[in-house]
Amino acid sequence: MLKVEELNVYYGNIQALKGVSLEIHQGEIVTLIGANGAGKSTLLKAISGLLKPKQGSITYMDQPIGGKAAQTIVKQGISHVPEGRRVFANMTVEENLELGAFLRKDKDGIRQDFERVYELFPRLLERRKQLSGTLSGGEQQMLAMGRALMARPKLLLLDEPSMGLAPLLVKTIFRIIEEINQTGTTILLVEQNANMALSIANRAYVIETGRVVLSGTASELNESDQIKMAYLGGH
Amino acid sequence: MEIVQQIINGISLGSIYALIALGYTMVYGIIKLINFAHGDVFMVGAFVGFYSITVMGLSFFPALLLAMIICAIFGVLIERIAYKPLRNATRIAALITAIGVSLFIEYGTIYVRGAQPEAYPAGVLPSKSFEILGVTINSQSILILGVSVALMIILQFIVHKTKTGKAMRAVSYDAEAARLMGINVDNTISATFAIGSALAGAAGVIFGIYYVKIEPLMGIIPGLKAFVAAVLGGIGIIPGAMVGGLVLGVVESLVSAVGYSLWRDGVAFVVLILILIFRPSGLFGKNIREKV
Repeated sequence: MLKVEELNVYYGNIQALKGVSLEIHQGEIVTLIGANGAGKSTLLKAISGLLKPKQGSITYMDQPIGGKAAQTIVKQGISHVPEGRRVFANMTVEENLELGAFLRKDKDGIRQDFERVYELFPRLLERRKQLSGTLSGGEQQMLAMGRALMARPKLLLLDEPSMGLAPLLVKTIFRIIEEINQTGTTILLVEQNANMALSIANRAYVIETGRVVLSGTASELNESDQIKMAYLGGH
Repeated sequence: MEIVQQIINGISLGSIYALIALGYTMVYGIIKLINFAHGDVFMVGAFVGFYSITVMGLSFFPALLLAMIICAIFGVLIERIAYKPLRNATRIAALITAIGVSLFIEYGTIYVRGAQPEAYPAGVLPSKSFEILGVTINSQSILILGVSVALMIILQFIVHKTKTGKAMRAVSYDAEAARLMGINVDNTISATFAIGSALAGAAGVIFGIYYVKIEPLMGIIPGLKAFVAAVLGGIGIIPGAMVGGLVLGVVESLVSAVGYSLWRDGVAFVVLILILIFRPSGLFGKNIREKV
């Protein structure tokens, strides 16, 4: 479904991604784990069109999308839930969700997706007239995910959905990610919480200082000593 | 009753400031630029209105509409040519460019048509005075106020109910997140310039009808005062610009009323200094702490 090949991305003179390659198949949950500053968010931004790669290719559904405008990529079915939620705090929950469907014109479909999102996140329904800046961190994460779903994506990019949330909420969020996946949305999940991420993912890539250093099925990586040492807090 | 009279004059003047201030505040909200050329768009609007009334023989509303359309296009051109290439430059570079654009428009206008002032023809709007409870009100002031209020209501509608308006609010809050929604940030910025400039154009025509005399440098002082009004209300906040404009207009009129009419222009800047000392985020602004 998505194929990234030999991707190089720079911030000015600093190279953030050094020849990253990865592949995501339809229906999978793929997780990208790695430390702070390893280049995980950079990769997501390159896929969603916020950053232009210098070299390498990104192919989505057999079409090159590397370097295309963000709006083109959203239209083709990739939604990106950015790190830190980035909800529009000056707008209501409902308006945020409307903006998620910005490029769509099918009113009936949008109405259905509102219902779907409210079903997935009942808290958002309760608070739909509230300014999103007044929501708790967990609710904002739900809103950011709901907003991305309003574009009816085929591929959902999630950047650190568990960041700053209480353990119980993290569980809820991960359960919902699995639910979203079961309804047919492919997921690329960036996480620092490697334990949780590996528990729901099919496959995983480990990224270090801009390079993919390890990849495999989630269970393989779960067993790998290298991973245990570095990311799972094992001995 | 003199005081009531002056308050009414102040509201008319203030509604002109408010219309200009809206453009300042909207542009600042979306690209964090104080567009110092905005007062000159107001001047262009006044001249477009003047020529469409005198040369083309249009009546008030068609002239107003034409001035708004031409100013909207003009505003978008300014943005595309002068500011867009500087989108990622430092803010000071954009600010200096804005001052350059302002001078260019002022002296470009003088170059094209000369520096001589013009007078708006009388009788574009019916001018009838009537008295209510001892206060003389001119029908022109009422119409001017009505037009300004109507434009502000339309603006509120656009900003809150239309897709473009929602995109504008999203981009001004977080441009990158807006891009992730599929919003075209460049087009949204252009729309903001178009709307803000159209309002300034309308203010130009209204100013011409109310104060009669127009000239190529007429945009400087109202532009600066509208900037003060925008800061007074809280820059970037649309209702703030409306209230800031009205407050400033009334304050100026009252200062004239108590006999200090020579101080009128100075008062606006005293207000600016006071607001910057005591409430830098403006009447409607929230104090936001810089995150370190």
